Amino acid sequence: MPDMQPHSVPAAARDDSHVEFAGVRMAFGDREVFDDLSCAFPRGKISVILGGSGSGKSTVLRMIGGLVRPQAGHVWVAGEDVTRLSEVATYGVREKLGMMFQGGALLDSMTVFENLALPLRERTALGEQEIAAEVHQRLGAVGLSDVDDLLPNQLSGGMTKRVALARAIMLRPVILLCDEPFSGLDPISARRIEALLVRINRDLGVTIILVSHHIASTMRIADRVLALLPDGAVSGSPTELRMSTDPRIVAFLSEEVDEALALTDVPVESMPTGRRA
Amino acid sequence: MAAVVQDLGWSALRFVDHLGKLGVFTARIAGTVCRPPVRVRLFVQAVFDIGVLSLIIICVSGTAVGMVLGLQGYNTLVRFGAEQSLGAVVGLSLVRELGPVLTALLATGRAGSATAAEIGTMVATEQLDGLRMMSVDPIDFVVTPKAVAMVAAMPLLSALFIVCGLFGGYLVGVGLMGVDGGTYISSLQSSVDFVDDVAGSLLKALVFGVLVGLIATYRGYTSAPTSAGVSAATTSTVVVASVSILIFDYFITALWGV
Repeated sequence: MPDMQPHSVPAAARDDSHVEFAGVRMAFGDREVFDDLSCAFPRGKISVILGGSGSGKSTVLRMIGGLVRPQAGHVWVAGEDVTRLSEVATYGVREKLGMMFQGGALLDSMTVFENLALPLRERTALGEQEIAAEVHQRLGAVGLSDVDDLLPNQLSGGMTKRVALARAIMLRPVILLCDEPFSGLDPISARRIEALLVRINRDLGVTIILVSHHIASTMRIADRVLALLPDGAVSGSPTELRMSTDPRIVAFLSEEVDEALALTDVPVESMPTGRRA
Repeated sequence: MAAVVQDLGWSALRFVDHLGKLGVFTARIAGTVCRPPVRVRLFVQAVFDIGVLSLIIICVSGTAVGMVLGLQGYNTLVRFGAEQSLGAVVGLSLVRELGPVLTALLATGRAGSATAAEIGTMVATEQLDGLRMMSVDPIDFVVTPKAVAMVAAMPLLSALFIVCGLFGGYLVGVGLMGVDGGTYISSLQSSVDFVDDVAGSLLKALVFGVLVGLIATYRGYTSAPTSAGVSAATTSTVVVASVSILIFDYFITALWGV
């Protein structure tokens, strides 16, 4: 049976790789996303946030990064409450974070090499030779080579995701945030990203928090799952979720599957086409 | 009636809100200008985008405006037998008024709108958030180089516009209308004062550069992260900056007599 996470964690447990939400309320205008969200993401584990469209999955990541601030509650990241920090102080916390955005968020006026070198040039005192070595090491780790001089608009979707992942780990973060890392990818590319994330987690001990729609990928790599349901959040291990008899979770998991099946069940003849008279 | 008053009240509140945010935004830009690192490469790139890529439009427009001034000035002056003053008319009109104002309006349409659209697109595609997550301040890295480049480029573009305009006036006045070339130049030399006219003209261009730089970067930076948001930011940059230029032009002229 999945357990609801405790609403508070002792201060001693709030170390560099621990993220905790306590009583978070978030709304965009009249639309309330969270009423009272409390959950925790354990250190050194892969946690996956699942939920329907508009359930606030990406907002959770953006709150961890201090990119949006909740109306109430606390978000503890690396021992700091990011809801109480100034913009300048938030940069200090972000040095421990890496974030892979859904669309890559690569600077489109810069080449792949310059995009990857940017955090090193800005945040470290490394020389150009060392920076080049680090960049090529990361590109190799994500399975890319000979892409230094390409601009982001010359990359395929899978390559963009991998470059974004490489940039997110340039500064060796202790917490890695990934927004929909598998979306829009073919199965082989998705499995490659999956394997990369697992390696980053296992080899470097990085806490990974990712948002995904992919139930299959989630069940394969997640240590913990946070499901954002219409009437509140529920968390547990993938096995606990699968075995759960909680009707909300059963409905959630079956709905995800039903939605995918529903798309494949539409007969081709019934699809509208502009070519037919 | 009550609804109209209510709408007016909301508009006034929004205006004050924007002014306050623009003040904070300006202070943040000033803060990044005053502390290292000095981003020379980004500044030079921005000067190229704003200044060098505007050269053709500035030269062509400046020459055309000078030619019109030459033609209109000659036709008016000849009625009073004062065509030998054509150089002074063309020179003073361009240096004191038309040079900085038209340059600022042209730069707003070409470079200001492009700056707002570029920054707005970076907002919409999460590139600025990407910078924040790398602990890089987007104001420092993206906004300041573009705003400062606009301030630096505007007086230079204005000077080029004036030179092209003087050439255009000479072309029509001397080449077509038969005014003596020496008379045109000496009339220009004797009437245009360096401190009162040229330095004042550069001051106007500098103020317009600050205005366009701030408005374009602010509208782009605060745009909604959608294609409609980028479009609205671009449009409002052109409208707000153009109106601001004309209003500030009046006040600078009235207060400093430029």
